[in-house]
Amino acid sequence: MMLTREGIAYRIARDLPEGGYVNLGVGIPLLVANFLDPAKEIFIHSENGILGVGPTPARGEEDLDIVSAGAGFCTLALGASLFDHTLSFTMIRGGHLTHAILGAIEVAASGDFANWRVPGQAVPAVGGAMDLAVGAPNVYVAMSHLTNKGKPKIVKSCSAPLTARACVRRIYTDLAIIDVEAGGLVLRELMPGHDPAGIQAKTEAELKVAADCREIDVPETFNGARLRQ
Amino acid sequence: MIDKTLADCKQAVARVFDGATVMCGGFGVAGQPGQLMEALRQQGARNLTVISNGAGGGDFALGGLFSDGRVRKLIASFPAPSAKAFRERYLKGEIELELVPQGTLADRIRAGGAGLGGFYTPTGVGTELAAGKETRIIDGREYLFELPLRADFVFLKALRGDRFGNLNYRGTMRNFNMVMATAGKVVIAEVDEIVPAGSLAPESIHTPGIFVDHVVQVARHPKLVEKRSEEGST
Repeated sequence: MMLTREGIAYRIARDLPEGGYVNLGVGIPLLVANFLDPAKEIFIHSENGILGVGPTPARGEEDLDIVSAGAGFCTLALGASLFDHTLSFTMIRGGHLTHAILGAIEVAASGDFANWRVPGQAVPAVGGAMDLAVGAPNVYVAMSHLTNKGKPKIVKSCSAPLTARACVRRIYTDLAIIDVEAGGLVLRELMPGHDPAGIQAKTEAELKVAADCREIDVPETFNGARLRQ
Repeated sequence: MIDKTLADCKQAVARVFDGATVMCGGFGVAGQPGQLMEALRQQGARNLTVISNGAGGGDFALGGLFSDGRVRKLIASFPAPSAKAFRERYLKGEIELELVPQGTLADRIRAGGAGLGGFYTPTGVGTELAAGKETRIIDGREYLFELPLRADFVFLKALRGDRFGNLNYRGTMRNFNMVMATAGKVVIAEVDEIVPAGSLAPESIHTPGIFVDHVVQVARHPKLVEKRSEEGST
């Protein structure tokens, strides 16, 4: 079995703590907002100056002056605050956020990762990715385990242009949850129907298996077909 | 009596010269000085260097400067796939792009406005955007040295302004506008409404008038208002 994109987002949301200040990158990370536990108070940060991003407004109810970093119009959550770019990146780079959840093209065993420029991409655009990667104390990557062509995305060394060095703490894929530790990668959880040797076969970098390695626990609805990148 | 108000956007952009460096505030549709940038497009100055988070969209306002071939160089963090005019000219080699991480862009402008000679940041260390930059180890961590940015003309969008140049923003309009206000030789704001002196509460003034040279009251650019009904408009 493998997780859907929503399944990865759901599983990440389970790990975010009450009182967290979390930035969500484009792609799977943005879906995390849909699965946050309403019993936990968590602030979503948007680079363009929001702490406390709320749900997407209904069609026709958008406020022209309230947009989020990646997803067009948004609303404001209870307790939200608004500010300018310098204060926003003071939060990011100064280590004030608790988590940044980011997509990735590749992650290396060292915690290096690449997510801003696909090799060969003609017009580069970086946005806030590099600032988030160096600033947030917990950088979590959300991505498919393999590329569309079936190649491992968790590698010994990144070949795509780096976003930042040694910053990823945890990787969530459609197959596994892997921690990046000083001694290397540690397999913490894996999807039912897979064993550590099978996950290692789909991972270029070497994995150690945690003593308490267990199955990923998500509702059945999040089991799906192989993810596209 | 101080009066920084101008009658229209045409008057506001009249002094922009060929080869000028121009900053444009805004992020997505919020806080875009669409009418000022459209007036600049019609004014005709060429060979511009533009400093902005993105590269606009469509063939009006900021995007129109690219479709009209008026920009020599763009300094930006995120020229999005929707910035078609910029992309076409960039791919033809007609425009130089200096790509800057978003937080570095904000703080380079801050340095420019605050009289600083630059700063060290961990952002970009070990990446291709570090090429050619001085590095320094501070408390065991590697940093890149980044230079300040200033502009000949800065174009802002705020909600309300007064004749002193005081500005008040709404929602996420502040974005790059507040910091860009500090970093220009001539700073011009487009506002929904010019209000009588004294009617903005002092604590609601986000950009004090000391930074602002001119204020123009104008209805928002209709193409930016249309964006309300478009998906993924950033």
